[in-house]
Amino acid sequence: MPQLFTPAANTLARVSILGAAFLGLGVVGGSYALQTSPYVTKVRVVQPQPVQFSHEHHVSGLGIDCRYCHSSVESSSAAGVPPTYTCMSCHSQIWTNAPILEPVRASLREGEPVTWNRVHDLPDFVYFNHSIHVNKGVGCVSCHGQLDKMPMVYKAEPHTMGWCLECHRNPEERVRPTSEVFNMTYDPRDFLEKFGVKNVGELGQKLMEQNHIQKAGLDQCSVCHR
Amino acid sequence: MNIRHVITPAVVAVLFAGCRSEMYDQPRYEPQEASTSFRDGASQRPAVVGSVPRLSPADEPRCADHDYLAQFQKAVDDPSFYDHFYEGKVDGKTAETFPFKMAKTDLVRGRERFMIYCSPCHGPTGDGRGLIVLRGFSSPPPLYGKLPQVSQTPVAIYDDLRKAPVGHFFDVMTHGHGAMYSYASRVPPDDRWRIAAYVRALQFSQSATKADLESIPMPTAEETRMIQEFQQ
Repeated sequence: MPQLFTPAANTLARVSILGAAFLGLGVVGGSYALQTSPYVTKVRVVQPQPVQFSHEHHVSGLGIDCRYCHSSVESSSAAGVPPTYTCMSCHSQIWTNAPILEPVRASLREGEPVTWNRVHDLPDFVYFNHSIHVNKGVGCVSCHGQLDKMPMVYKAEPHTMGWCLECHRNPEERVRPTSEVFNMTYDPRDFLEKFGVKNVGELGQKLMEQNHIQKAGLDQCSVCHR
Repeated sequence: MNIRHVITPAVVAVLFAGCRSEMYDQPRYEPQEASTSFRDGASQRPAVVGSVPRLSPADEPRCADHDYLAQFQKAVDDPSFYDHFYEGKVDGKTAETFPFKMAKTDLVRGRERFMIYCSPCHGPTGDGRGLIVLRGFSSPPPLYGKLPQVSQTPVAIYDDLRKAPVGHFFDVMTHGHGAMYSYASRVPPDDRWRIAAYVRALQFSQSATKADLESIPMPTAEETRMIQEFQQ
C-alpha cells in the first residue's frame, strides 16, 4: 500500500493550523469591523427625506436658533421634530410655490404630519434625555456634529455605548458654559479669560463645578439603563 | 438519549438569544412615533377642541429668585390670576400689567427668548427688519415709534406700539396676528410675559435720553451676580 501522505502534507498541516487561527481572528476582527462600520452605525450616511430640508441653510445661512424649531429640547427628553405649523410660520409667505415644499403644504392641507425618516434612533432599553444634557452644558455639536454644515442631515457620531461612555467618564473635556450650548462655532479658548483660567483643562474643571456635574457615578449602568 | 442532543440546541439557543429585536424596539410609542391606530398616522394626539390649560409643572417658571410657586398655588383658586396669566386679560380687557413681578433675571431670559423666537422676523432690535423679512416675509411693524405708511394694514390696532398695553404683546404671541403665527406651542406663557417685558425694555432703549440713563439705578452687586449666574 502506497503512502497516503506525501512529505508535503507535514507543511500543509502546519499551515492549516496557523490558517485556522488566522481565520478565527479574521471572523472576530471582521465582525468587529462590520459592527463599527458606517454600514451598521450609519455614521455619515445621509438618510433620504420627504423634503430636502437643509440645516446648513437655516442655521448658518439664516442664523435661526436650534430652539426655534426644536423647542422642547430644554424641557423634555425629546428635542422635538417641529410640526408642520412651525415650518409654515415662515413658509406661509416664503417659497410658497416651491415644489420642494409641496409635502409640507400637503401636510397642512390634509392635517397629516410629514413622515420624516429617523436619523438617530437609540435602542429602547437606553434612557436618554435631551434636557439634562443641554442644561448641564453639553453642546448640540458634541453629539450631532456640525449641523450648520450639513445640507442633508446625517449621524455624525456612532451613538454606541462605548461612545457614550467616553464622555460620561470624561465630561470635563466637552462641557461648555450653558450659554454656549447652541453655539455651532464654540471654542473653549475664547472663554479662558472670562472664567479666569489658564488652559482648557482648568476651564473644564471650573465648568464641572459651575454646572453641578458630579462625575462619580455617571458611568453607572442605571444612569442610562433604567 | 445522547447528552449531545441536549447540549447542541442549548448552545445554539444561547448564541442566538441576542438576535431578537424586541428589546431594541419595545412595544411602546416613542415621542412622535408613527401609529396605525389613527387616521393621520400620529401616536401623539392633539388636545381635544375646547380643552382648557391647567397650571402644570411645565408652566412653573425657571427663575428661582422670587416666590412664584406661592403665586401659582394661589392661581388655582383665583380665576382672575388665571385669566391674566393665560389669556392676558384683566376684567375682560387687555392687561396693562404683568401677572408676576419682573426681575432683571426675567428680562435677561426675555431677551434670550426674543432672540430665539422673535428676532428672525422682528430683528434683534425690534425694528421689523429681521433676516426672514429681508427674504420676503411681510414686514412687521417696528416695536417702537410711528408705524410707517406701508404697515398701516387693516390688522394694525395701534399706530405706535409703545402705546399698546403689555397684554397686547402677550395676546399676539399667544394667538398670532396678521401674518404672524401663534407661538403658544413653542413659548410657554411665563416666557411670553418675559418677552413682553423685554419688548418694553427695547421700546424704552430706542427713545431713551441721556437723562433717562442717569436716572436708572445701577444693578446692585447681588443683582449682577444673579444675572451672571443666570447667563452662564
